[in-house]
Amino acid sequence: MSADGCGAPAGGAPAGGAPAGGAAAGDQAVVEGRVVRAGAPVTTGYARLLGTGEEFVAEVPLGEDGGFRFFAAPGAWTLRVIAPGGVRAERAVSADYGRVTKVDVTV
Amino acid sequence: MSRSDVLVDADWVEARIGDPGVVIVEVDEDTSAYDKGHIPTAIKIDWKKDLQDPVRRDFVDRAGFEALLSGRGISNDDTVVLYGGNNNWFAAYAYWYFTLYGHHNVRLLDGGRKRWELDSRELSTDVPSRQATSYAAADQDATLRALRDEVVAAIGKRNLVDVRSPDEFTGRLLAPAHLPQEQAQRAGHIPTARNVPWSKAANEDGTFRSDDELRTLYADEAGLDFARDTIAYCRIGERSAHTWFVLHELLDQPNVKNYDGSWTEYGSLVGVPIELGEAR
Repeated sequence: MSADGCGAPAGGAPAGGAPAGGAAAGDQAVVEGRVVRAGAPVTTGYARLLGTGEEFVAEVPLGEDGGFRFFAAPGAWTLRVIAPGGVRAERAVSADYGRVTKVDVTV
Repeated sequence: MSRSDVLVDADWVEARIGDPGVVIVEVDEDTSAYDKGHIPTAIKIDWKKDLQDPVRRDFVDRAGFEALLSGRGISNDDTVVLYGGNNNWFAAYAYWYFTLYGHHNVRLLDGGRKRWELDSRELSTDVPSRQATSYAAADQDATLRALRDEVVAAIGKRNLVDVRSPDEFTGRLLAPAHLPQEQAQRAGHIPTARNVPWSKAANEDGTFRSDDELRTLYADEAGLDFARDTIAYCRIGERSAHTWFVLHELLDQPNVKNYDGSWTEYGSLVGVPIELGEAR
């Protein structure tokens, strides 16, 4: 990845979030998961990571597998999913360095 | 200039699909998003390949911009409507870029790709072919772009608006939280900068907040003195282009510049002052 993206690596972050570089979190605080509806991935929609007081932290479009991934600071966050048709869902999540926090959301 | 001169909604765009004088252009953070489906008749501009010099860190020059627009079939008289993902970050960057090179007949689709998708509006995978034009650009408008020496000289003298997230501003993160934190430069912010994250200017669906809400946000809550000149920055300048759009285009404030070198440049400069933690 290049170092010159304000919000993006070279070529931009793909839907679903940037690759984690393997299953291990390394020194990152990773929050990732999938959004499904009736067993099928939700491919059109957005995952948002929010801080205290609904402070916006980051957002990614859902991937082809309904997936999303964030590289957060350690702490407690709210994950919000929005999708067409007024779909909204929220989950409380925590993140820490060296850990991958898995959050699957059914809408 | 009013909001309706610079910002259009999805209905406005939908009604003009196929209008020969209107060119719809998608500019995305995820440069593959266009290929999966785009607004019918829209063409694509790749912020990385098309708008950046391939060797040195800078824009394509005037001749390069002319060649790009000519090749994409955009003429000087066309109304260009820009939209993109991630709350229009890169579309706003392209808007600023088009304005910099003198194309003023340009609009931003309010809410961008996200609002269009959430409305379940039509997306197409057809790639239109447009006849080449002979586009003539102006010289870069230096009143819209801040370079590093000007930014250093502005510390304590002008409004500096850091539009990154609070964690980036205070130095806890070096990149937005949807990207790996692997940058090597120093963390923190430019001394005297106020932190007004770009996201405060947008609603959840990516549309901009009302003019009254925006004025309250910057003038009352952030304490920005509109009588002073302002420089906005982020990490390379597209989130701050979003804020530049708010201040310069929606709130009609003159003397607002975007510092596209932003933190990837400033945070790597030798000898410049950096602050950590909350704004002082």
